[in-house]
Amino acid sequence: MFYCRVVGESQERLTTHTIDFPYTRTLGPVFSEFLTGMRDGKLVGIKGRDGKVICPPTEWDPETGDALGNDFVEVGPGGVVTTWAWVTEPTPKHPLDKPFAFALIQLDGADTGLMHAVDAGSIDKMSTGMRVTARWKDDRIGHITDVTFVPEAG
Amino acid sequence: MAKKTEDIAIVGYAQSPSYRQAELTEPQFLYPVISEALERAGVPRREIGFTCAGSCDYLSGQTFAFVMNLDAVGAWPPISESHVEMDGAWALYEAWVRLQHGDIDTALVFGSGKSSPGKPAEVFPLQMDPYTLTPLGADPVSLAALQARAMLDAGKITEDEMAEIAARSRKSAVNNPYAQVKGDDDPAVLLKEPYVTAPLRKHDLPPISDGASAVVLATTEKAKELTDHPVWIRGIDHRIDIHQPGMRDLTESPSTRLAGKNAGVKGKFDFAELSASFSHQEKLLCDELGLGKDVEINLSGGPLAANPVMAVGLTRFVEAARLIAEGGKKRGVAHATSGQALQQNLVAVLEAE
Repeated sequence: MFYCRVVGESQERLTTHTIDFPYTRTLGPVFSEFLTGMRDGKLVGIKGRDGKVICPPTEWDPETGDALGNDFVEVGPGGVVTTWAWVTEPTPKHPLDKPFAFALIQLDGADTGLMHAVDAGSIDKMSTGMRVTARWKDDRIGHITDVTFVPEAG
Repeated sequence: MAKKTEDIAIVGYAQSPSYRQAELTEPQFLYPVISEALERAGVPRREIGFTCAGSCDYLSGQTFAFVMNLDAVGAWPPISESHVEMDGAWALYEAWVRLQHGDIDTALVFGSGKSSPGKPAEVFPLQMDPYTLTPLGADPVSLAALQARAMLDAGKITEDEMAEIAARSRKSAVNNPYAQVKGDDDPAVLLKEPYVTAPLRKHDLPPISDGASAVVLATTEKAKELTDHPVWIRGIDHRIDIHQPGMRDLTESPSTRLAGKNAGVKGKFDFAELSASFSHQEKLLCDELGLGKDVEINLSGGPLAANPVMAVGLTRFVEAARLIAEGGKKRGVAHATSGQALQQNLVAVLEAE
């Protein structure tokens, strides 16, 4: 959308540009499985050529570039924090609007880390090696933000 | 068998000051930088064989914004020109490849960016995986903090060392008229500051900057004709690691190691200009490139002192060329990075005649 108007009596011109990306596309065989899993409250990984489980799943082996068979594996819902960062002032683009941790989470059954948000409440509750578990939204739409993670109880 | 590449030389270079918020437009602050680089090279604008730019339309918030930067070059009569949506260092790489063809003998390269009008923490997640990372707002500071924590946990760096790197950078920058963050800071005092995104404090982060830099390249024969002090690019290579931060060991940078090996990083170096945008990355890069204590790192202050995104990597070449052509140094490394947490790395070896 592009338009231009003269503001009041002055010669000042205001231009508004709305950048739009009006396309839809399919997610392909692998991400469809992953995000449909999200909608259904399941975390899905894929088996790599060497048998390692990759989550989020990829169409290609990250090490060799070889095409992967669609050998999906359910992983999680629990996992281990392998590294984390405490976000003191979330941006409007972040999944939580209060201080939280970004973490790499190695989900149970997976061999790689998923980057996601951990709603721990306080930095004191965070540590490398801690266990976290998935907290699903009620109204899931097949989106990575259908889930966030929380420290595992006990 | 690969054909041996021709040595290309830097024969002109210039940079703008690093502005916290430039009132000038990007073409406006580019124009004097390009003019100065061309004057230093002694090549008239119209004789440049190829022009290549690096900038980011996402920073401008407008598609094809980079075309406007050509106002600073002059594109009439028509010129042979290209653009990369990457740091100017990758534009330099493209120009280096173009000069290998042998039909032209000079190239102009520039990088420029204005980060200040937007919110970098909200713009840069757009460079990430669009399904798993962009929707999380995965920003450069958070990703760098994940890397820093991994290095701290692995015992590869300490918070004290990170503060020392930041303090040294700021002190080096005192002598750099183009730098933005400079001063004499006590690392112990810096460590008392609160975390911005733990484990990173403000001193571990690069400033938000606007700015530009430019380089003029020439083939071996042309360089010798233009100057008595060419700065030779003896080797250059760039490599990429896996995009997903959880699919690689963040405490290592295989792409830096490989690019360094292919660029010929071995033997003695006087200095290195590294695109270590976060304090801990300097240590990681030095380890991967095998740079010891005898190598002076970021004498300019580096990205912790001046961070004009899309120019900051090319500025490493400008600073390296300045140290060799004007500072009496003989041999150095220039490094640029792109993506999150050092995902993509470009390494070059620069030498005096």
